[in-house]
Amino acid sequence: MAQARPKPPIPYDMRDSFLPGDAACSGCPIPMGWKVVRAALGEKTVFVIPACCSSVVVGVYPGQSLNSSIVHVPFAAAPSVASGIAEAYEKRGLRDVNVVVWAGDGGTADIGMASLSGAAERNNNIIYIMYDNEAYMNTGIQRSSSTPRGAWTTTTPVSGKTEQKKDVAKIMIAHDVPYVATASVAYPHDFYSKLQKARSIRGFKFIQLHAPCPVGWRFEPQYTVKVARLAVETGLWILYEYQGRRLTLSGPSRPYLDPSKRKPVEEYIRMQGRFRNIPPEALEDIKRSVELNWEWVKKLI
Amino acid sequence: MVRKALTGNHAISYAVKLVKPEVIAAYPITPQTSIVEKLSEMVESGELDSTMIRVESEHSALAACYGAALAGARAFTATSSQGLLYMHEVVHWVSRARIPMVMAVVSRTINAPWNIWPDHSDFMDQRDAGWIMAYAMDNQEALDLTIQAFKISEDPEVYLPVMVGIEGFILGHTTMPVEIPDEELVREWLGPRRQPYVVDGSSPIGVGGLTMPEETEDIFHGIQESMESAKRVIERVDREYGRMFGRSYGGLTQCYRCEDADYLAVSMGAWSGDLMEAVNKLREEGYRVGVLRLRFYRPFPREDLLEHAGRSKGVVVFDRAVSFGAWGPIFADLVASLAERPEKLPALSNIVAGIAGVNITSEDFEKLVKRFIESVEKGEKPVYFEWFRKR
Repeated sequence: MAQARPKPPIPYDMRDSFLPGDAACSGCPIPMGWKVVRAALGEKTVFVIPACCSSVVVGVYPGQSLNSSIVHVPFAAAPSVASGIAEAYEKRGLRDVNVVVWAGDGGTADIGMASLSGAAERNNNIIYIMYDNEAYMNTGIQRSSSTPRGAWTTTTPVSGKTEQKKDVAKIMIAHDVPYVATASVAYPHDFYSKLQKARSIRGFKFIQLHAPCPVGWRFEPQYTVKVARLAVETGLWILYEYQGRRLTLSGPSRPYLDPSKRKPVEEYIRMQGRFRNIPPEALEDIKRSVELNWEWVKKLI
Repeated sequence: MVRKALTGNHAISYAVKLVKPEVIAAYPITPQTSIVEKLSEMVESGELDSTMIRVESEHSALAACYGAALAGARAFTATSSQGLLYMHEVVHWVSRARIPMVMAVVSRTINAPWNIWPDHSDFMDQRDAGWIMAYAMDNQEALDLTIQAFKISEDPEVYLPVMVGIEGFILGHTTMPVEIPDEELVREWLGPRRQPYVVDGSSPIGVGGLTMPEETEDIFHGIQESMESAKRVIERVDREYGRMFGRSYGGLTQCYRCEDADYLAVSMGAWSGDLMEAVNKLREEGYRVGVLRLRFYRPFPREDLLEHAGRSKGVVVFDRAVSFGAWGPIFADLVASLAERPEKLPALSNIVAGIAGVNITSEDFEKLVKRFIESVEKGEKPVYFEWFRKR
């Protein structure tokens, strides 16, 4: 196994990138993610944000709590608006501005899938970050295609979601874009270095950021990082980078290539009220998908 | 200046070439397709230095243009019918951001059932979106209006997007001689891109974020006010264009033989040509009738209508779209305009026709206008609303 990469320094001034006045719930993973993005990409970053929690979290006009430019766009439009911005910068010779789409799983995996696929296929020069809180949280915890099997949501209120989670990162890999990565709010250094990598590459970059939502997943707000970390430690959320048709397992996930090192999936499941009534077969299904995911990873590393 | 035989669609492509927007994004749809095909050809052959974003849908076409325009680029797209409906959400979004850009709408009936023939239903469906809405009568005007649209859109008194309509096939695929102005002259006249703000990362700016009711209302009210100032700008731009390029149309409306007219026929689009022909015949027969053609539907030319219709005995309005359960959209706006001076209200009639591409000839117009005039002359109440069907 390769040596763990040294942790990159996260600038101490990253607090300045996120100002007071946000409307986030306690324990919200969104500001955690933003601080890292802004620290890694700097001031000259334009966020394109479709309808999602972040449209609200950022605050109310005339203020905004994110110290960057933000373009709010209709639900399905973020990748295409970002494409237009990126192409205009290219044409105008502005090479030092990062165009970032910051979108939830609904805006990415569902309503925005076609425009995401379009921008990826065109290889437009943008960094697309899907913060994955695994449901439509902004409208009040409805299922998305990224909701895991067995999870309670307000539109799967009795028996939980019966379908499995859509794997968007794999869909992006199938687009053969220059860079695809998974990340987690529990591992800011890892996320930071992935953003730096993404910044150095021209073309379409996709990062799927696992972002546990205390309100929607039914856990106490002080446990956001703990839940996110457990997802990695159980092997359920695998951190990797995919570049040049090769997959590189990221530091925090490397130990879990060995199944004996993984914590039991139940530890992750039991922390969350959304899985309170998970049927046993759905739990088995989740465990099986963890195994299958690792099998897939092994083939590509 | 050169003269070329061009279809209406290619006339628009040439206008875009003269303007040279930095970014073009479009998705093919009949009958718009040949605009972007021609532009793609120009871009790939190096004739036109624009970036072409070949998007996967109309929703994305306008979204990409929106992004490019925010980022400081001139941007252009074109669409029709279902495509326009598919991008409708973004149509509203662009105007509320006050970002100048131009879109061509090559009109085609809204489906279902599948139908590719033209009426104004797609264009009229955008009525409340906060765009300046222009409609050409022939291929030359399609070219001229497209160039004018960029100038109007980027005027600080306006700062609103502009859509330019033509009927598919009738103009879109019909060849006419078109004068193409000198490229340098067009660029010089347009000057550098102007917009109220640019998103370029140089200083933090938020566009379209969560806004409380009063502030949102402020933004909408600003659009309403700019629509009013756009009326002056449209007329000024048309005059300037006339001085620069030798063609001027009269601003928001074109008045054809209506200065001394007792009766007025109101219309928009290519069939106005047939209506004018009918009016020429009726004039020969002694009917004092003229045509007031709408070049702009938004802002609505309320003042022009009050001026011309307000002193006539009767006004007949031809609408190529219908608001199901009511009447034609131009008629509704015209009546609302004239009702400001109820003491001068002329006899009124609305004829909805040519729906779904049904062909209306100058003979049809002649018959309908004559019938209207005669009923007024006889002191009868003319037909107030009729859906004129040919079978």
